[in-house]
Amino acid sequence: MPICVSTYAVFDCMTPELLCILIPLLPLLGFIINGLGFRKVPASLVGPLAVAGPVLSFLAVLSLFSNFRAGGNQPLKATLFDWISVADLHINFAFQIDQLSLIMLLIVTGIGSLIHLYSIGYMKHDEGYGKFMAFLNLFLFFMLLLVMGSNFVIMFIGWEGVGLCSYLLIGFWNTNTSYNNAARKAFVMNRIGDLGFLLGIFLIFTTFGSVEYTEVFSAATGFAVGDKTVLAIALLLFVGAMGKSAQIPLFTWLPDAMAGPTPVSALIHAATMVTAGIYMVVRSNVLYTLAPQALEIMGGIAIATALLGATIGLMQNDIKKVLAYSTVSQLGYMFLGLSVAAYTGGMFHVLTHAFFKALLFLGAGSVIHAMSNEQDIRNMGGLRKYLPITFWTFLIGTIAIAGIPPFAGFFSKDEILAHVWEHNKLLWGLGILGSAMTSFYMFRLLFLTFFGEFRGTPEQKHHLHESPLSMTIPLMVLAVLSVVGGFLNVPHALGGHSMLAEFMAPLYEGSQQVNPSAFEGPTMGSSEELMLMAISAGVALLAAGVAYGMYVRSATVPAADSVPRSIPAQVVYNKFYIDEFYERLIVRPVRALGDGFYSFGEFVIDGVVGAVSWLVKTIAGQLRLVQNGSIGSYMFAMVLSIALIIALRFFVNWTTILAYLNF
Amino acid sequence: MQPTQQVSIPDVIQQIPLNYYLIFSTALFVIGIIGVLTRRNAIIIFMSIELMLNAVNMLLVAFSSYKSDSTGQVFVFFIMAVAAAEVSVGLAIIVMIYRNTRSIDIGALNKLKW
Repeated sequence: MPICVSTYAVFDCMTPELLCILIPLLPLLGFIINGLGFRKVPASLVGPLAVAGPVLSFLAVLSLFSNFRAGGNQPLKATLFDWISVADLHINFAFQIDQLSLIMLLIVTGIGSLIHLYSIGYMKHDEGYGKFMAFLNLFLFFMLLLVMGSNFVIMFIGWEGVGLCSYLLIGFWNTNTSYNNAARKAFVMNRIGDLGFLLGIFLIFTTFGSVEYTEVFSAATGFAVGDKTVLAIALLLFVGAMGKSAQIPLFTWLPDAMAGPTPVSALIHAATMVTAGIYMVVRSNVLYTLAPQALEIMGGIAIATALLGATIGLMQNDIKKVLAYSTVSQLGYMFLGLSVAAYTGGMFHVLTHAFFKALLFLGAGSVIHAMSNEQDIRNMGGLRKYLPITFWTFLIGTIAIAGIPPFAGFFSKDEILAHVWEHNKLLWGLGILGSAMTSFYMFRLLFLTFFGEFRGTPEQKHHLHESPLSMTIPLMVLAVLSVVGGFLNVPHALGGHSMLAEFMAPLYEGSQQVNPSAFEGPTMGSSEELMLMAISAGVALLAAGVAYGMYVRSATVPAADSVPRSIPAQVVYNKFYIDEFYERLIVRPVRALGDGFYSFGEFVIDGVVGAVSWLVKTIAGQLRLVQNGSIGSYMFAMVLSIALIIALRFFVNWTTILAYLNF
Repeated sequence: MQPTQQVSIPDVIQQIPLNYYLIFSTALFVIGIIGVLTRRNAIIIFMSIELMLNAVNMLLVAFSSYKSDSTGQVFVFFIMAVAAAEVSVGLAIIVMIYRNTRSIDIGALNKLKW
């Protein structure tokens, strides 16, 4: 602690530019040391080295944040060097610090530090401990680049970098083929989205002549609402967001990504990387405000994703899969907020979701740790007695995500739903339905895991233990944040000041300028807003009550896989057969095409090449017999050849022959 | 030859008709070829090669003299110098062959094949 305070004091003396460089550099240093020194750095040093980077970065971010507040919220741009300069294309390697990047920086480094700390406890006994910590550090480096970059190209570097780290960490236990397949799936699906993002960047450059945020967005204010080019850009960027933030149709990688170690699921696949899509949309809010059609499409996809994720989550029995589908569903909510131009609402949900979903994943990790790598909730139960800290924190996380006041999730989800209500009542109804399902599957998970009787094997029961402090401290910190996180943006209807909304307001100046109607303040009165809140809180409580009745009172345990289910249940249990559908529709045709090309290469091209080499080899095999080692025959051949040459030269009339051949 | 008459060497050469030189050289050359093809003793083959070289030299000198062009004679000097160098290398090789195989029969050296 004193070290932290003194480091903070040191950071406070630095210029903001220097801090900007230090923030991503520190995790990178951790990666270099632990990565290059894997198996050489002593195990006792790996953890502190890996945690030092994120923690110091976090302190630097705090210092930067206080500078920013003290400097009157003036955006800051730190140019490191001139990176690409070709003809009209000038790209600076620069960082932009404003409200949005600061919020993301705080989330990434703050939660990142906690999860690094947790990983020490969770991965200590793993063979690849050092490698794991190095990858986590590398991830943090790229994530920081993503959120700090001052243009789309730097964002793209970060975007690809976090995708790489996601791949490396999903397939971290790379001796297991299905884990490797999950990693590849995540990578390939992200590539599909990345293509959209990349095309979007190209189009931005050709349209605005720059990729720098400030220049692009100020140029964009000159466009009319509904401009076709801007619509295309917005849609292409959204394709990128679909891949990274797991929206329909590119969401199936996220549940499979749970193959990675649990801290990875918490950091990358819940709190930070998957919210990159939301960050991008909020960052380019001007472009989206100019393209209402893109927002309409986004809204449709978002609500479908939210409901699909929640529905599948209802029947999953793997503790991490439930949370994964919950993440898919919550990301849908964030995009739903963005689609009605509630950009602050979306970011607010990113923030609170980062708290409680990281908490839930880390709690799940603690449970899995105690259960000796058991993940099936049908074999758990009654863990409340054995894992008290995990239980209480998990309970807080559940309440927060379910949207029960006054915990964090309630405020952020209600802000989104209130905006949706103003926009479209049907979407709101569907949103409430999804929120009821969220509450149900989360309480189902909680009750099945922590209540009732223990259903595992005696060995597991004997092994049950609370996790070490390095794992429970992050849980407790995140639990506190999940409780109080919502108070950052208490709506006026509840007597708050919407602090976050005020803080972020300057980000939307461009949007307000181009399309003021999208930003008219809430038209509904306080009483209407309070009623909406009461409905959503009531629905969440009701769903929790139903879950209590089913899984605690009647102590139902989900049936084993072998038990036949009714057809709708079967469909939901098998995730709507979406993976199978993709397999039939895309994977197999592509594979067949690949097989076709492979056979072409194998038989046609290899055949031709093989035939030529066979011919040469055969002829050479016969010809080399001439070299028989007998000098006499060599000389005979020589004399004969010379005689032949002379004969051809002097006794053959070439002029006549050539004339005859018409040369 | 009259002692009063100073006769130069080209004149002497030109006192013999050119055809004779041609026939003589060809005969020498063919003898060389036959020697190379039929003999198995490395030294004799070597000598036959020298015979062929000198058959050519003889022709060059004869033509040079008849045509009053010194180029051919210069060539002959070159051939002699190069042949001397070649003989020293060739004989050295033959000596080494003899030391290794205790024979200078070219049939003994048939290991160098495919």
